Amino acid sequence: MDYAANLAMTMPEIILSVTGIALLLVAAWGGSTRWVSGLAIGALLTASFSLIGPPTSGGVAFDGLYKADAFAGFAKALIFIAAAVAIAIAPRFFARTEGDDLKPEYPVLILFSAVGMGMMASAADLITLYVGLELQSLAAYVLASFMRRDTRSAEAGLKYFVLGSLASGILLYGISLVYGFTGTTIFEEIAVGIAQQQGSENGLSLGLLFGIVFTFAGIAFKISAVPFHMWTPDVYEGAPTPVTTFFASAPKVAAMALAVRLAVEGMGTATDEWRQIVIFAALASIILGAVAAIGQTNIKRLLAYSSINNVGFALIGLAAGNPEGVAAVMSYMAIYVAMTLGAFLCVLQMRGADGQPVEDIASLSGMSKTRPGVAAALAIFMFSLAGIPPLMGFWAKFLVFDAAVAAGYLTLAAVGIAASVIGAYYYLKIVKTMYFDEPAPAFRPVESYVEGGLITVAAILVSPIGYLLIAPLGLAAQRAAVSLF
Amino acid sequence: MIQTLAFYLFAIVVIAAAVLTITARNPVHSVLWLILAFFNAAGLMLIAGAEFIAMLLVIVYVGAVAVLFLFVVMMLDVDFAEMRAGFMRYLPFGLLLALVLAAEVIFAVAAWNAGGVDMGARIAPAAGDMPNIEAMGRLLYTRYLYIFEAAGLVLLVAMVGAIVLTHRTRGGTRPQNIARQVRRRPQDSTRNMKPSVGQGVEL
Repeated sequence: MDYAANLAMTMPEIILSVTGIALLLVAAWGGSTRWVSGLAIGALLTASFSLIGPPTSGGVAFDGLYKADAFAGFAKALIFIAAAVAIAIAPRFFARTEGDDLKPEYPVLILFSAVGMGMMASAADLITLYVGLELQSLAAYVLASFMRRDTRSAEAGLKYFVLGSLASGILLYGISLVYGFTGTTIFEEIAVGIAQQQGSENGLSLGLLFGIVFTFAGIAFKISAVPFHMWTPDVYEGAPTPVTTFFASAPKVAAMALAVRLAVEGMGTATDEWRQIVIFAALASIILGAVAAIGQTNIKRLLAYSSINNVGFALIGLAAGNPEGVAAVMSYMAIYVAMTLGAFLCVLQMRGADGQPVEDIASLSGMSKTRPGVAAALAIFMFSLAGIPPLMGFWAKFLVFDAAVAAGYLTLAAVGIAASVIGAYYYLKIVKTMYFDEPAPAFRPVESYVEGGLITVAAILVSPIGYLLIAPLGLAAQRAAVSLF
Repeated sequence: MIQTLAFYLFAIVVIAAAVLTITARNPVHSVLWLILAFFNAAGLMLIAGAEFIAMLLVIVYVGAVAVLFLFVVMMLDVDFAEMRAGFMRYLPFGLLLALVLAAEVIFAVAAWNAGGVDMGARIAPAAGDMPNIEAMGRLLYTRYLYIFEAAGLVLLVAMVGAIVLTHRTRGGTRPQNIARQVRRRPQDSTRNMKPSVGQGVEL
């Protein structure tokens, strides 16, 4: 295959990297943050549009290192949109905090992070997987400690860095074992190698099994599935809110896409082996995410546990291990991104009369009277996250449970449904605080059309009106899933 | 025979040095043990026939460790006076270490001359008698070009990150402004005064 075709398939990543490097120069020669942010959002949208064509239908590029299929396209569209939102909401947040103004490196780092996430979604080789993951993570570590004068932000960055390095080490150890026992790093050939070992009289070698376990453990850290979730609440709480919004959306999608592709394409022949890991991680995440969130008083910590909980539900779809399950995972992630972005956008509106951000759940008290619009939107997101019909969150959960039951995992689905009832408690508690408690001092009104507009769009998407999108979403997810098998 | 011997020697010393790296109380000793471990790992690579990786280990790791060493010394308050006091006491130990290293170097060269160990069939054997470096370069810039470029981006992000997190504009410094220095003329900066006697001078 000639080089031009290869490059055409990687068009989104090329657009983003070239823009990122150019914007670094623009910033160095005095371009304002406003301009750099605007151009970065433009680049992300252009990259989303460039997905039409070779990047979603091209097939394998660079001798099997990169795969441009419908699955990658679906994940990348979500990733780029979430990243663009994370850039759009930053300026107002940083304008409010003293001393730490928004530097033009913020949009640039998000762009590079998006390149890494694109690589993750398209990775068809263990080396691409690792480099993409590292590119995404490295930018994320810096973003987490972007408010240098805030000790919590610095702590979040350091914690994320140290634990992330540990996870990278575990992942690399797993990768080296898999390479050692199958002799290749390309996903499809790994599947063949595993099948060969299973066919031989000795069965799957212990070393390869260890490799699979370690690789999954490394990726479980990135999607913050229990038992590798410890960093999530601390990092989400400490990082600046726009950065937390970013962490909870785009990287989650990328890591989940990576996990699905590795599980299905690379280790599809060892499904019974990794299914145990996925089922354990799914159940542990759902239960811990539901139970540990109950005692939280900080809204960002609560949403962190909520994200752990949601990852568990998405993993149920993966545990099914068939195209329906994968389609359910992708639909789940799409709806999850809309809900999470909306919820964090509402959190961004929580600031006292002096303009300083507030994160206490108690300060939401009586918000339905002081800020009815935001309160209604937050209530919609909470109901949706709890999976209460007729909101979109219900549809997402229904899809994964349906896939699990169809694949014969009735117990798994039953435990998941039971745990989602526990989870509903803390979501509803927030709604109760907003609607039935005595009003606390009012928050500042929503002063930004961008943020107000984004909240409205997200609220409409997860409201019953969003059901109109079920057919196209289902079709896209179906095509994405089928391209993997 | 000699390769097997060399292999076991290097392997044992690597493991011993690694254990001592994490058990040594003094951070500086720890770093020294780490350097020993790196040297021995390089030896292992050499007998496996990967001379490029061996050189890389010595140049990059041992070189980088020198920097790491510097950081440890700067960040942890190591009392050097106390350490020097024990110089004579630790001299035999240090000499022993040097002797081990020297013996290993001789072993490595001998093993290298005797040819590589056949550690099972390689999965991707180098074509013909292409040296390691050439084979790696060819792979790196053709087949793995995509990853290579991405690795470049990773380094760029690391650099941007380091600058974002540490750079700040300091107030109160007086940097040299050469243009201003050159532009300055005597008539701008000197005055002719005629102070009257007994009145003092006005500055």
